[in-house]
Amino acid sequence: METSIWRPILYLVGIMAFAGLNAAYLGWCERKGAGRIQRRPGPKEVGFAGLLQPLADGIKLMTKQLMVPQGVDGIIFRVAPVIAMIPAITSMVVIPFSGNIQARAMELSVLLIFALASLGMMAVLLGGWASGNKYAIISSARAVSQNLAYEIPMLLTVISIVMISGSMNLRDIAIDQQGGFWHWNIFRFENGHFLYMWIGFIIFFICSLAETNRAPFDMAEAESELVAGYMTEYGSMGFGLFMMGEYLNIVVGACLTATLFLGGWDCPFGLTPGVWWFLLKIYVLIFTVIWVRWTYPRTQIYRLLNLSWKILIPFSLVNVLVTAALIKVF
Amino acid sequence: MQPLVFSPTPNPTLFSVEGIVGIIFLLTVALVIFGALVAVNSHRLVRAVSGLAICFTGLAGVYYFLLSPFLAMMQLLIYVGAVSILIAFGIMMSTPEQQDLPGNKHISKLAGPLGCSVGALFFAGFSVLGLNTQWQVFPRPENASGDIEAVGKVLLTTHSMVFELISIVLLLAIIGALVLARRGRN
Repeated sequence: METSIWRPILYLVGIMAFAGLNAAYLGWCERKGAGRIQRRPGPKEVGFAGLLQPLADGIKLMTKQLMVPQGVDGIIFRVAPVIAMIPAITSMVVIPFSGNIQARAMELSVLLIFALASLGMMAVLLGGWASGNKYAIISSARAVSQNLAYEIPMLLTVISIVMISGSMNLRDIAIDQQGGFWHWNIFRFENGHFLYMWIGFIIFFICSLAETNRAPFDMAEAESELVAGYMTEYGSMGFGLFMMGEYLNIVVGACLTATLFLGGWDCPFGLTPGVWWFLLKIYVLIFTVIWVRWTYPRTQIYRLLNLSWKILIPFSLVNVLVTAALIKVF
Repeated sequence: MQPLVFSPTPNPTLFSVEGIVGIIFLLTVALVIFGALVAVNSHRLVRAVSGLAICFTGLAGVYYFLLSPFLAMMQLLIYVGAVSILIAFGIMMSTPEQQDLPGNKHISKLAGPLGCSVGALFFAGFSVLGLNTQWQVFPRPENASGDIEAVGKVLLTTHSMVFELISIVLLLAIIGALVLARRGRN
């Protein structure tokens, strides 16, 4: 590999652009989707079909005063939103957008993404605690217990994928699924895995909803109970960074789902594999996430934890066992 | 794909790949020292835990530079993602108010100088040891890219003792949690 200094710089710029564009326009997509589902037009005044709305929102957020209320832990309060952004952007380094577009095909890329996701949890915890507000503290405690609970079935499901592909490299996992939808991990037609892999996919998708704090699992910012959760004391760009971090986490989750289960950049019919298929898959997944958010009511925190500990973890454990057994048998 | 092998050139310029790698290495070391200082010196417990998390993150970077990416990722996942968060969680549950730690008034005046001199002695000892030893230069370790197949083989052959011990630790933790939970809230 040629170690030119331009490669990392170009990837840095590209990833920042992709992240910024997604963070800005997913907000617009969400508001349009919500409007559609609630039978109203959504944003439509600024620009054609409200397309300049994210720009207007950004200018508004950036020109607002950065308020640091009395009684908060100043340093942690200011740093927490930044920590919320770092892991989401850093994770994109290892995501294989296509066979040729990937900043770094690390051997342990799956592990890297999960390690960074746990840093994002730290941001919510510290932000909520530093606010010195009881709603914020309850919210961050909920977020952490939820994320810890859902990390276990998520990792167990990923382990079964890693066992099938024999690698933790996202690129290798995607290459392993090339050549039509019957090779994708979700419908994988070899070794009898197709019998149950869709269960793994459902578990993974539910866990990714819970890990990114999305409805129906957005216990951390349950407006009716907790004002705005850990973001209660944040205004202007602090709030903006938390929101952008949340949207980027959704993007990373969709990329991971598409790579692990839906064949990455592979075309369903084996024709023209490329980055367009990958983008199509992640945006279909993101649309599903938005769709679920606006059509299902929020659950309760104990139901959420029961779902993880009593249903998802046993199922994912059995999933790992069955996968290991089938790999051994065939 | 092979990882970047950092072969030190005598005088790398700042804007070469080696120069940037060197800067990142210095940054990770600075992160370790800064995090450790914050962890020891801050009066608020949550700030101390944040310092600990920063220190662990820097350590992960050092592990990466020591060509063991698997250990680096595990350091992030377990120490930053689980241990620090659980400590912070425990502090949050027990003290919701931002309490400053009560300063320990009856510490002898000798404590500071004594601690410093012990630290200096350790530092001097390790420095002498490090500078005077003839270090054997090994070639790149086989598993520098963090191939999990190799990690698995090592865990089940040469390092199987560690593997078994970890399972015993986990078993003890589960039994402990059950014992605590059985007693109930009274």
